[in-house]
Amino acid sequence: MKPEAELQRPRGTGRALAVVKTFVDTVGIPRLIIGAFIIGIFVLAWAQRLPIGMLVTSSLVRFGMNGVLVLAMVPSILGGEGLNFGLPVGVICGLLGALLSVEFYMRGAIGFLAALLIAVPLAVLAGWGYGLLLNRVKGEEMMIGTYVGFSVVALMCVVWIVAPFKNPEMIWVVGGKGVRMTVTITNYWAQVLNNFLKFTVAGVEIPTGLLVFFAACCLFVRWFFRTKLGLAVIAAGSNPLFAKSAGINVDQMRIVAAVMSTVLGAIGLIVYAQSYGFLQMYTAPLMMAFPAVAGILIGGASASKASITNVVVGTLLFQTLLATALPVTRTVVAGTLSEIVNIIISQGVILYALTRGGGRL
Amino acid sequence: MGEYVLEMDDICKEFYGTPVLKHVGLTVRPGEIHALIGENGAGKSTLMNILFGMPVIAATGGFKGTIRIDGAPVMVNTPRQAMELGVGMVHQEFMLLPAFTIAENIKLNRELLRSNIVSRILGARLASLDVPAMRRDARAALDRLSLNIDEWLPVAGLPVGHMQFIEIAREVDKRNMKLLVFDEPTAVLTEGEAQDLLGALRRLAGEGVGILFISHRLSEVAEIADRITVLRDGEVVGRLTRGEVRIERLAELMVGRPVNRVERGARGARAEGEVAVRIRNLVVNMPGERLHQLDLDVYKGEILGIGGLAGHGKVAVANGIMGLYPARGEVEINGRQLSLGDPRAALAAGLGFLSEDRRGVGLLLDESVEFNIVVTALVSQGRFLRRGIGSGWLAARDARQTRAHALRLIRELDIRCTGPEQPVRRLSGGNQQKVCLARALTQDPDILFVSEPTRGIDIGAKQIVLDLLTQMNRERGTTIVMTSSELAELRQICDRVLIVYGGRAAGCLAPDASDAEFGLLMAGGAEVRTA
Amino acid sequence: MVLSILCILGAGKSPDFIIAEVINRLGRNCFIVLALIVPVVAGLGLNFAIVLGAMAGQAALIMVTHWKVPGLGGLLLAAAIAAPLAAALGWFAGVVLNRAKGREMIASMILGFFMNGIYQLVFLYLVGTLIPLHNQTLLLPSGIGLRNTVDLKYTKYALDYLIYPAPLGIGLPLATFAVIGLLCFGIRWLFGTKLGQDMRAVGQDMNVAAVSGINVDRTRIIAMIISTVLAGWGQVIFLQNIGTLNTYNSHDQVGTFAIAALLVGGASVTKATIGQALLGTFLFHLLFIVSPYAGQRLLGSPQVGEYFRVFIAYAVICLALALHAWQKRPRAES
Repeated sequence: MKPEAELQRPRGTGRALAVVKTFVDTVGIPRLIIGAFIIGIFVLAWAQRLPIGMLVTSSLVRFGMNGVLVLAMVPSILGGEGLNFGLPVGVICGLLGALLSVEFYMRGAIGFLAALLIAVPLAVLAGWGYGLLLNRVKGEEMMIGTYVGFSVVALMCVVWIVAPFKNPEMIWVVGGKGVRMTVTITNYWAQVLNNFLKFTVAGVEIPTGLLVFFAACCLFVRWFFRTKLGLAVIAAGSNPLFAKSAGINVDQMRIVAAVMSTVLGAIGLIVYAQSYGFLQMYTAPLMMAFPAVAGILIGGASASKASITNVVVGTLLFQTLLATALPVTRTVVAGTLSEIVNIIISQGVILYALTRGGGRL
Repeated sequence: MGEYVLEMDDICKEFYGTPVLKHVGLTVRPGEIHALIGENGAGKSTLMNILFGMPVIAATGGFKGTIRIDGAPVMVNTPRQAMELGVGMVHQEFMLLPAFTIAENIKLNRELLRSNIVSRILGARLASLDVPAMRRDARAALDRLSLNIDEWLPVAGLPVGHMQFIEIAREVDKRNMKLLVFDEPTAVLTEGEAQDLLGALRRLAGEGVGILFISHRLSEVAEIADRITVLRDGEVVGRLTRGEVRIERLAELMVGRPVNRVERGARGARAEGEVAVRIRNLVVNMPGERLHQLDLDVYKGEILGIGGLAGHGKVAVANGIMGLYPARGEVEINGRQLSLGDPRAALAAGLGFLSEDRRGVGLLLDESVEFNIVVTALVSQGRFLRRGIGSGWLAARDARQTRAHALRLIRELDIRCTGPEQPVRRLSGGNQQKVCLARALTQDPDILFVSEPTRGIDIGAKQIVLDLLTQMNRERGTTIVMTSSELAELRQICDRVLIVYGGRAAGCLAPDASDAEFGLLMAGGAEVRTA
Repeated sequence: MVLSILCILGAGKSPDFIIAEVINRLGRNCFIVLALIVPVVAGLGLNFAIVLGAMAGQAALIMVTHWKVPGLGGLLLAAAIAAPLAAALGWFAGVVLNRAKGREMIASMILGFFMNGIYQLVFLYLVGTLIPLHNQTLLLPSGIGLRNTVDLKYTKYALDYLIYPAPLGIGLPLATFAVIGLLCFGIRWLFGTKLGQDMRAVGQDMNVAAVSGINVDRTRIIAMIISTVLAGWGQVIFLQNIGTLNTYNSHDQVGTFAIAALLVGGASVTKATIGQALLGTFLFHLLFIVSPYAGQRLLGSPQVGEYFRVFIAYAVICLALALHAWQKRPRAES
C-alpha cells in the first residue's frame, strides 16, 4: 500500500532533468536505442550518398507487409493468452488459402481476395481448436503455443509433399508431385496491394494499397475492442476472476481471442506473401512468430498489455532497422546477414523482455 | 543464563506509514509456555516475523526496539541468524518438501556430510550425504516428540497432523534450540492431533525450551499457557498468568474497543420484515475459508454484518452465493430460487458483489478508472452501449455516456485520480475501493454483498466508505450484507451481526451486545463454555 | 511408444540393420540427453538452452581440426577447450534464467535461438576477418566465414573405435558406452552430495529452500553450468561419430531431439531419471531410424520420412508440455 506521494516540483535544471526522465521512461530505453540506431544509419546513408528514397520505400513496404502479423498479437495479449507464439497456425491457414487461389489460377485482385476468403474460415476453425487447447493449459500458453505451431508446421510439411496440387508452377519440376519449396506468385497476385494507388513523392514510392489495408485492419481491431464482446475479452484477459464475477464466460472469451489472433495471422501471411512475391513453404513458417513477437515488444507491449500504437511503432522501428541496416553496412553476403541480424535482434528483444522480471513478461 | 530466554522491548513497526506494532514488549522464561493472542491484524505475525528475521521486515523499513536472547542484545536480520541464536519457528504454512523423506526434510540444509575425494579438491558442497547418520538424528527428533512414523517415508501424502510434527521435529533437531515459536499450530489439526501436540509442547517445555505460541483457540490457551499476552491493534492490552485466566476476560480484551455507534434514525422496530435472501444449508468450498453449514435470513433493507476470525468461513458466504466458489444448498432471492455457481444468474437476480480481494478479484488493475466503473453494468446489463451499429455483443461502447457517468461518480465519491483514464493500479487503496463502490453504485443492485470494505485503507477513507454504504442503504433501499474482520465497523453500521466460527453460524448479536459476548462467539464460544 | 512399434512393423527392414543403427545412435546421443537431467531436477524445466553447450563443443572441434590434432588426443583437447567455453555460456544461461523465474523454459528456448544467431554471426562473418585462420582450407571460397561442412577426419571415430569389438558383425563402440556409463555413475553420485540435495530442494520449492538458507540462485546457475558443459562434451562425442560437421546446422536440432528423446522415455518437466533418459534415447532413435521407411511405405514418398520425424519430435514435446500444464492446473485450483 503506497502512500499518496506529493509530486515535488523541481526547479531549473532539476526540472529539465525531470522532463527528460519522463520522456525516457515513456519512450523506454530499448526504443531509444533502436531509434538512435536508425537515426545513425540514416545519417550514414546520407553521408555515403545512398538513395534515401529507396531506403524509405523499402522501410514502408516492410512495415506494411509485416504489420498485420504483428497486429495478430494484440487479441492474444488482451485476451490473457500472452504473446501468440502459435502464430504459425494462422500462417498455415493463410498459406492454404494462397495455395488454393494459385491452384485455381486466380490472378490479380480476385486472386488476392480469393486467398483471403478461403483462408479466413479455415483460420476461424483452426483458431477455435487452438483456443480450446489453450484453455486447458492456462499459464503455459506461450510454451505450448510455440510447440503447437512447430508441430503443425512439421505436419504440414508432410502434407505438402503429398498434396495433390496440379498447377505446374507450384509443384516440383522433378517428380511432378508435391509443392515446391518456394512458390513464385509474381504472375498471380503479387504486389496487388502495393501497387494499388501507389504514388511517388520526393523519390519515395508509397505503397498506398498496402498501407491502407493495414490501417483498415488496425481500425477493425480497434473497433472490435470497443464492442461489448471485445470489452468482455479485455476483462477476461485482464483479470479472469473479476470477469467471472461479472458474469463473463472467461473460457469463451479466450477462444474468441485465439480465433481473432489466428485469423489475423492468416490475413497477415497473405499480405506478406503478396508483397514478397513468394510463398515460402515447408519449414519457413516455423520462425514466423518470432519477428512478430519482437515487433510488438519493441513497440512497448508486454505479455499482458498491448495497444495498436505498440503495433505501429514497434513494426515501424523494427522493420526500418532491418530494411536500412543492410544497404548501409555494405557486405558481400548481404542476404544472410540480414537474416542473422533479424534473428539476433528479435530473440534478443524477447529475451530482454522475459528477464525484466516481475509478473508475466 | 538469565531469567528470561527472550525479551522483546518496546518494539515498534510501521508498514508504509501505518503503525502495526506500538511499543510492544514480551518476555519468555526458559521452560515456559507463553501464549500470544489477538484478533487478525493485531500484529502477532508481524511480531514473530521480526523475531525470526524474515526478509519482509527489512524490506519495509525495519523496526525499532530491542531483542535480547538470554540477556544479550541481538540483531536478527535473517532466518539463518535466528536459527543460530537458538530461535526456531514453526510456520503456519508448512515449509516442507513433499518429495523428500521425513529425514531429509528434518535435515534440510543441515545435512550431515562425509567428505570424499572430490570434496577435498572442489569444495565442501560436493561432500556426500551421510544418510544413515541423518536418519539416526531424525529418528531421535521424532522420538522426542513421541511420533511413531518411519523416518524414511516421503512427506507427500502424510496426514496434516504428521506434517506439523515433522516441522517441529526439524526445529527440535537443531542443537541449540532455546526458544520455539509456533504460529497457530493447531489450526489445521483434529482434536486428537491437537491434544498430542499440546502434550509434545509440555514435554519440550519440561526440557527447558521456551515456547511462544500464537493461537486463536482460547480453550487451548487457557489449558496450556503459563502466561498470556494479549495484543490488540498493535498494542499490548493485557498480560495474564495461569491463575488469572478467565476465558471471558480473554475474549473481552481481544475484541473490546470503543464503538462509535452511528444513529441511523427510525430503524428500531424494523428488524422483522420481508426476507430478501433466504439461505438454507449453504455449504461453500472455498480453500482456506470453508463453510460447512449455514442457515440465514436476510431482511429486506437491512444492513447485516457477518464477522468472525479469518479462516472460519465468513468470507465464503458471499463468494459462494455469487458463484465464485463451488457451493451447495438452497438460496432464494426475493422468493426465487438461485442457481448456485453461476455469477451471471446472481447478477441477473439483482445481486452485487464487492470482493474482499480488491486487487485480485475486484478490479481490472491495468484498465482505466472509467472502464472499471462501467464494466459490470456494461457486460451484464447492456448499459453504456451505443445503439445503431451492431447490436447485442457487437454493440460498441458509448464513450461519451461512459465518460459523463464516470466523471459524475468521481466527483460524488471524491475519487482521487488524475482523471477517468488513469489505470486503477496507480490509485491508493482507499481510492481503489471507491472505484469498486462506484461500480457497485453503477450496477445498482437490490442486494449488495460487500466483503472487507475497509481493508487496507487509511482511517479517513474508512469512514467515507462506511458512510457511502450507509447512504446507499438509506437512499436506495439496498439490502447490504457486509462481511468484515473488523468488528468495530460491523457494530458501527449494521442492524445485526452474525458471527461465523468453524464454518458455521455461532450466533447473531445486536450491535450493542457486550464485548465479551462477541469475543466468545468469535473464539468458539459454545465449546468454551463447557471447558 | 505405440508409434515406435507401428513404425517398425511398417518399415519392414531387417533387424540387423536396425540394431546396428540403434547402437550407433545410442552411443552418440545418450550423453547429451543425460545432460538434460540436472536442470530438470533443479527446477529449471527442460533445458532448451542445451544448444549453447553444443555450440561450445562444436567450436572446440573446429579449433582442433584447424590445428590438425589427431585421434583421441584431439578429442580430449576438444573436450578441454569446450569445457570452459561451455561453462561460461552455462553461467550466462543460468543468470538469464534466474531473472526469468517461472518462465525458464521459454526463456531458455529463446536464449537458444539468440545464441544461434550470435554463433552464425561469429562463424559466418568474424571468422576469416576478425579471427584469422591459418588453415585456409576451412574457409569459404570468399575468404570470409567457415565452410559449410568440415570434415573431421582427424578425430572421426576416435572414441568409438577405441575399443570396438564386433560380435556377430555388429559393431559395439565400447569406449563410448564406457564414457556414458561413467556419466551415469557421475550423475548418481552428484545427487548423493550436498550440492545435489540442494538442487533437488530448489527444484521442488524455491521458497522453502530459500527460507532454509540455501542459495537458490547460485544452485540454479551451477546446475546450468553442469548441464551446458555436459552438452558440450556430448556434442563432441556426437560429432566424432558422424564425422562431418555441418557448421551451421549440426547443433540446430540437438536441443529439440534431445528433449523429445528424454520425454519419450517418460520424463516430464519436473521429473527425470537416468533410466528415462536412456530408455528415451533408445526409443526415440528407434523411431527416428524407422519412420522414414514407414512414411515411404505408407505415403509413397521418401522425403516424408524426414519431416515426419521432425513432426514426431515436436508433437512429443507439445504433448508433454500440455500434459504438464494440464496437471499443474487442478493442483492450483483445488
